[in-house]
Amino acid sequence: MADLTLRQIKKAYGSLNILHGIDLDIESGEFIVFVGPSGCGKSTLLRTIAGLEEITSGELKIAGEVVNDVPPSKRGIAMVFQSYALYPHMTVYDNMAFGMKIARENKAEIDRRVKQAAEILQLTKYLDRLPKAMSGGQRQRVAIGRAIVRNPKVFLFDEPLSNLDAALRVATRIEIAKLKESMPATTMIYVTHDQVEAMTLADRIVVLKDGRVEQVGTPMELYHHPGNLFVAQFIGSPAMNIVSATVEKAGLVTAIAIDGGLKAEVPVATPDDAGGAKISFGVRPEDLRIANGGNVLFEGRVDYIEQLGEVQLVYLDIGRADVPLVVKLPGNSVLKRGESLKVDADPGTLHIFNADGRSYAREQTAAKAA
Amino acid sequence: MAQASGKSAGKSFFGKFGVHLAVLVFVVIWTVPTLGILVSSLRDKDQIIASGWWNSFASSTQTEAGRLPPPENQVEKDGRFVIEGNIFGDDPPRTISAFGTRAAAPTQYAAGETADLGDGVTLQLNEDGTFVLSSPVALEGSRGQRVYFASSAPPRFTTENYETVLFSEGIGRSFINSLTVTVPATVIPIMIAAFAAYALAWMRFPGRALIIATIIGLLVVPLQMALIPLLQLYNGVGLFFGVPSKTYLGIWLAHTGFGLPFAIYLLRSYMAGLPRELMESARIDGASDFEIFLKIVLPLSFPVLASFAIFQFLWVWNDLLVAMVFLGSGANQLVLTGKLNALLGSRGGDWEILTTSAFVTIIVPLLVFFSLQRYFVRGLLAGSVKGG
Ligand SMILES: Nc1ncnc2c1ncn2[C@@H]1O[C@H](COP(=O)(O)OP(=O)(O)O)[C@@H](O)[C@H]1O
Ligand SMILES: [Mg+2]
Repeated sequence: MADLTLRQIKKAYGSLNILHGIDLDIESGEFIVFVGPSGCGKSTLLRTIAGLEEITSGELKIAGEVVNDVPPSKRGIAMVFQSYALYPHMTVYDNMAFGMKIARENKAEIDRRVKQAAEILQLTKYLDRLPKAMSGGQRQRVAIGRAIVRNPKVFLFDEPLSNLDAALRVATRIEIAKLKESMPATTMIYVTHDQVEAMTLADRIVVLKDGRVEQVGTPMELYHHPGNLFVAQFIGSPAMNIVSATVEKAGLVTAIAIDGGLKAEVPVATPDDAGGAKISFGVRPEDLRIANGGNVLFEGRVDYIEQLGEVQLVYLDIGRADVPLVVKLPGNSVLKRGESLKVDADPGTLHIFNADGRSYAREQTAAKAA
Repeated sequence: MAQASGKSAGKSFFGKFGVHLAVLVFVVIWTVPTLGILVSSLRDKDQIIASGWWNSFASSTQTEAGRLPPPENQVEKDGRFVIEGNIFGDDPPRTISAFGTRAAAPTQYAAGETADLGDGVTLQLNEDGTFVLSSPVALEGSRGQRVYFASSAPPRFTTENYETVLFSEGIGRSFINSLTVTVPATVIPIMIAAFAAYALAWMRFPGRALIIATIIGLLVVPLQMALIPLLQLYNGVGLFFGVPSKTYLGIWLAHTGFGLPFAIYLLRSYMAGLPRELMESARIDGASDFEIFLKIVLPLSFPVLASFAIFQFLWVWNDLLVAMVFLGSGANQLVLTGKLNALLGSRGGDWEILTTSAFVTIIVPLLVFFSLQRYFVRGLLAGSVKGG
């Protein structure tokens, strides 16, 4: 039941700046995912929200109240750590009851809340166990249970699944999604470097890089309308193909010459002064298809094929040093290595980015809004 | 982890064999003397002199001197004057293998033989100690015939030595004195060091790094260097408050002071190795530093606390120097090490006293070590391997 407002949050360790002024508005009940490469400051941002790290400058509000100097326990948050951070010498029950015992709540109430959380997470059988006698997945559930018992306004998760094996990760991901559904009023902030988790869980994703917000949006917004090259390549797997190109004719529809010879018309508006500019042209592997006559986008030799069953990833050598063009084709397409292939794409799926890496489409919307 | 196990799995048979052999050698070197002291302390004091402890389960042979009853006991029998009886009298029976009548040849005759003592006097001494002395003329004089014999006594084990040592030699009292010194001198530094270690590991405050550096520096200050200035300081303070200079409180404080740097260093490095998320989790749960210390850090630090307790206990128990300086030498203040030292002077030849006292002295360290040994190694590693 809490909205968060971050205004120019900066964090430095000594002279080392980690966060460079984060602005963010999170609505109450939202599921927000911070995603970004390792070391970009996701955990640091989450920990400043939790109050585990002091904010160097800026303002953090939870439910309208400035909490810069409020200790973690008074912020109405609960946090689930990557390492679970269960108290090793306490039983599952005591782990979950610890916070309430510290707060000297009455026994019956503690018991009720712990049992209830255990019920939700199917931990009732294990309440007397020590953490070391449990599997990774169970430990993670205890950590989540400990958070639930605190009855927080904001749930914080720091890479909660990265210590689990692949199968368990999927199962626990779904459990977390269901948990969120059962607590619609609770705000959740979830940190991960895994874009699949981000895409599947988030109401909105915040993409971070080097301590800066690159883009905020719903998963589909980020997928279809990446604001810049970084987001374009970070979201989606395999990553978007980027090749350099030159604007031949600016306008509502931009005509470009892709390095290497071929030309394309992209239905994205570019300002008039963009004529002749060096740009980056992007297209997702899954948007490419075998050209059936008409306008060919790329032409190259099949260098390597990864057959995944339902799809295959075809690496096309289009004359760019070391960087093949990746094409995702149906698994039943019959292709041979060395074969020459022509591919094209729906014009609506093409992206162009200016020399600074910003998406022209986004510039356009921004200009319209202004 | 995987690497380490891979290494040991790859070890050759001879490598493992060598390790086992080395372990065996150490075990023998450590246990044999201890066993020797234990066995000796339980033996009869005469047998200790007669044979080594490793022979203690066999009968020990020793040459004894005895005297037959005086001539007034003689009776006339078939024209000869005879004295009969048992040479052991009321003493415990032994088995005689040989005897003689001259100190120069104490085992001249085999048991049961009849020895000719000259002038027609004969002596027959049997294995069981019965003898017949027979003379053609009446024996004269007031003293009986001197007899030397080799006897072998069955092994005799006794707790007499312990009774002697504990109750009449004053070791019992010293034992209590040692405990009076050691227990508080172990508990006080642990309590202080645990708090300090938590603060130095997990609380942020200005000057923390400086304090840690100072403590590490203090680790290498030799005790001998600080001892006398410390005593003067203590005496000065004692004089000011009108307390006597040699008190148990004084030695507790001294041992606390000497033990603290190592205690803080050891506990701090262990506590610093605990996962940070635990403290953060507890902080989010609303625990104060004191509650985190009490409910999370202290229970998790038990292995290293036990390990330090062993170190400190053994060191204080075995300490002589600090005790000599800070305690008097009266019966009510003399600790075991001091008492042993005194005994070496006054009873240097009495092995039964020395071995028994020694065993009384080592029994407590042995008990402490065996009851806490599994924490010992873990705690040792804790200093070097983070989170160990
Ligand atoms: N206590 C610290 N002192 C100095 N640098 C830190 C500290 N904690 C994190 N950092 C640095 O801050 C950066 C961001 O870290 P983090 O937020 O943990 O990244 P991630 O996005 O992988 O969670 C990293 O470069 C890390 O080295
Ligand atoms: Mg992180």
